[in-house]
Amino acid sequence: MQGQMQAGVEDIEIQLLLEALYQRYHYDFRHYARASIKRRLVQARGQLGFASFSAMQDHLLHDPATLPRLLNYLTVQVSEMFRDPSYFRALREKVIPHLRTYPSLKVWVAGCSNGEELYSLSILFREEGLDQRTLFYATDINPDALQAAEAGVYPLDQIRKFTENHQQSGARSSLSDYYTADYGRAVFDKGLRSQVVFSDHSLVTDAVFAEMHLISCRNVLIYFDRDLQDRALGLFRDSLTRKGFLGLGSKESLRFSSHAPSFADFVREEKIYQRREP
Amino acid sequence: MNAQPIQAIAIGASAGAVQALLRILPALPADFPLPVLIVVHVPPDRSNALVALFQSKCPLPVREAEDKEPIAAGTIYFAPSDYHLLVEADRSLALSWDEPVNHSRPAIDVLLQSAADAYGPALAGIVLTGANHDGAAGLAAVADAGGFAIAQEPAEAQVATMPAAALAACPSASAMTLDDIIFYLLTLATT
Repeated sequence: MQGQMQAGVEDIEIQLLLEALYQRYHYDFRHYARASIKRRLVQARGQLGFASFSAMQDHLLHDPATLPRLLNYLTVQVSEMFRDPSYFRALREKVIPHLRTYPSLKVWVAGCSNGEELYSLSILFREEGLDQRTLFYATDINPDALQAAEAGVYPLDQIRKFTENHQQSGARSSLSDYYTADYGRAVFDKGLRSQVVFSDHSLVTDAVFAEMHLISCRNVLIYFDRDLQDRALGLFRDSLTRKGFLGLGSKESLRFSSHAPSFADFVREEKIYQRREP
Repeated sequence: MNAQPIQAIAIGASAGAVQALLRILPALPADFPLPVLIVVHVPPDRSNALVALFQSKCPLPVREAEDKEPIAAGTIYFAPSDYHLLVEADRSLALSWDEPVNHSRPAIDVLLQSAADAYGPALAGIVLTGANHDGAAGLAAVADAGGFAIAQEPAEAQVATMPAAALAACPSASAMTLDDIIFYLLTLATT
């Protein structure tokens, strides 16, 4: 039973650590899905060499240099370009025809992490001839991730997977048109981000900032608890133009949300929703 | 041994999983009262065919686990392919797309460790056949939290590596044949 008591103490320490992170730096992970946060914190504790979460909290409060190190454990998501190719194919075949009818477009990649999804959408919009009239917003709470997204540099050994995914998404060009290989890295064409605004934005604490035609936010909401999911979905609803589109991750849904009535299934199996008329 | 009755079963299996689970899961009767959470290593790009397979063979309802879903009694949940399956403290299910653990997503350690946190002594954790070491740390976490830890008898397992690793990492675990495991699970239905 000692293990059990230890677990109880750890849960208290995690609660206090997240409270400290919020009060000191205004990063609010208090309503993130706790089981995943705990795994990430256990990993951070081991790799950053702290004996306990309390010791980590002490450092966090008194040494701001601890913050970015910890944030990288709590937020950074490894992803792929065109992850779930069928999602991008559905955007291409079903959503793009609607978007074409607008003279100008705004697309929000919420929780863009290192930018894989942003570049995927940017390439897709270029292939579909919509790039010149589209403004992208790529937001995240992690400044390191935003910087990586802005740089658009990925390890060359990932490119094969990215290329496969891209082809399966119904590609109209070759992925190699968009990057140059350089010392084991693929450096993506900066033209892909000429119409991208990279910005610090929190789905937990920040508000609506523009009216969007498409919001893509995939594998972000599964890390939130239900209350926080609801807040984010309310923010998406309020950010979408009439009949705007929302794309979620393949295992995310509106089913448990109070905002479900504001959205209609658009491509059900790809978790693409359309904002209903208000 | 356990003062507190078992309230959930968590099972991990890899190579040889389907044959082993085809012995265990159909043997659980329609009135089996506990939830059964299962991680099987499956390739990430393939849609998870396990649910459909076991639905046709099991008296209990079989479902793919959904994020934020409250855990229902007497239900078998499989982790979806390419997502980790976790249990939250309020005993709801959670999915994550965190990096693979032990080269696997879903990973058995992730399920067992989070389920051990959520259920403590009320969990039975089972590691079955497999060709890697996933589940070893998880089974140790189950035992540390006061739960009941079981590994398939390696001599009987289609691939012995995984249950043997689990027994090495968790010496207090019981090594059981599939028949013993079924018998044990059925006793949980009657207490």
